[in-house]
Amino acid sequence: MAYSEKVIDHYQNPKNVGTLDKASKNVGTGLVGAPECGDVMRLQIEVNSETGMITDAKFKTFGCGSAIASSSLATEWLKGKSVDEALKIDNMTIVEELNLPPVKIHCSVLAEDAIKAAINDYREKNGMEKIKFEESVIH
Amino acid sequence: MLKLPIYLDNNATTPMDPRVLEAMTPYFLNQFGNAASRNHPFGWAAEEAVDYAREQVAKLIGADPKEIIFTSGATEADNLGIKGVFEMYASKGNHIITATTEHKAVLDTCKHIEKQGGEVTYLTVQPDGMIDLAELEAAIRPTTILISIMYANNEIGTVMPIKEISTIARKHGVLVFTDATQAVGKIPVDVNKDGIDLMAFTAHKMYGPKGVGALYVRRKNPRVKVTAQMDGGGHERGMRSGTLNVTGIVGFGKACELCMNEMESDAKRISVMRDKLETELMKIEEAYVNGSREHRLPHVANISFKHVEGEGLLMGFNKNIALSSGSACTSASLEPSYVLKALGLGDDLAHSSLRFGLSRFTTDEEIDYTIKSITDTVLKLREMSPLWEMYKEGIDLNTIEWAAH
Repeated sequence: MAYSEKVIDHYQNPKNVGTLDKASKNVGTGLVGAPECGDVMRLQIEVNSETGMITDAKFKTFGCGSAIASSSLATEWLKGKSVDEALKIDNMTIVEELNLPPVKIHCSVLAEDAIKAAINDYREKNGMEKIKFEESVIH
Repeated sequence: MLKLPIYLDNNATTPMDPRVLEAMTPYFLNQFGNAASRNHPFGWAAEEAVDYAREQVAKLIGADPKEIIFTSGATEADNLGIKGVFEMYASKGNHIITATTEHKAVLDTCKHIEKQGGEVTYLTVQPDGMIDLAELEAAIRPTTILISIMYANNEIGTVMPIKEISTIARKHGVLVFTDATQAVGKIPVDVNKDGIDLMAFTAHKMYGPKGVGALYVRRKNPRVKVTAQMDGGGHERGMRSGTLNVTGIVGFGKACELCMNEMESDAKRISVMRDKLETELMKIEEAYVNGSREHRLPHVANISFKHVEGEGLLMGFNKNIALSSGSACTSASLEPSYVLKALGLGDDLAHSSLRFGLSRFTTDEEIDYTIKSITDTVLKLREMSPLWEMYKEGIDLNTIEWAAH
């Protein structure tokens, strides 16, 4: 299976690999996937609590090239967005941007799940109610 | 001079030896006859070539040429050997013993037999990939007609104790079939010393062409028979109809002859390179060799690099190095390797494995390049791996409630 150039580029030059202080009140952490399934994604956002804007985003991913690319792309898109805007990131936009083949769609779903999990972690830390999301179906 | 890409997936298939191609060429061109044409020189030449190749093939495994049935490959030979015995010996019994780490060509054939009313015992293997001989013997019933255990495993290279297996089988009057696809031409295989009754093997794993293989069927002590699975002109002593692939068979014969002469020195040289590769890669933290290191093919290594995922790892160098992984992502099934899981490996380690298969043509430079590429990629991906970070922080990954999907 050949990878798209964008997947290769993100794999070779991943954006925003790293770790934010998960104890910080401004940081939301989402850890999704499972080692048994062959992919685990950890996505973190740092939010300016006054403006609600995402000032930084980092990821670490255990997984195939498409999973790494999906999370790398997600962190790029998150930076500079408001939390509300971030909630609108849809896995299919990731699929389109990276030209993921059907067998790799679950990588994009995982990235979307990671964003939502990070936002919920941030909300919880800051006394806001967690948002209930519909279960993602493609797995 | 190092030439890229490097091919280290020789358990999948080997490149053809140029000397094999040379032997085959005339049979693509002017010597195109049908080996079954008895009445003209074209047929005679083809038949003579097949007879000669049959001798070359038989010699490599210590058999009589009459015991070689040419097929389209090992999968067909597996089917013919197992189904053929099941049907031929139906009056004796319907029970077959095999192992969970067998190739799909054996496992799926056994599943087919179960649908036909046969009974199959699938032995589990020990963590090193070997079967337990006591367990094997205990599984034998009065209705057992066949034991089917592979000679060497395609994923981890573990070599099974075929001689000990056949000693047990003979004691109970049970036939022994072995899929020796990965072993023949790489290590000494002798059907008489090993007590093998039926054996499948193929040309393209030993520097011969694809599309030709053989089933060895013992002719005496005991005389073994199989029912044909392909009906037609009664070729191959009625056991496998179909016009013989003369060109392929000539190549198969030549490949066997070369292995006969060069196997020992090849194995010595290749195992030195394999050991170097393995020793250097094992210097990486949290790297594990899968399967027995003691009972193993000289050209195979299977290593898991914990906390990095196999397909992601391959992507780091697969433009330049051809390898395969037990990761689910590299297979159509989305399940990690059932062989590695049968060793008791967790899914996480199975997902993190790479299989190396060296060949006669592998060079020291290629091994050095591979060591460096893989080491660099593993380290780079671990920097990116949340599991590695947690491991380094001393978090037990088993205590985390993963959102399994």
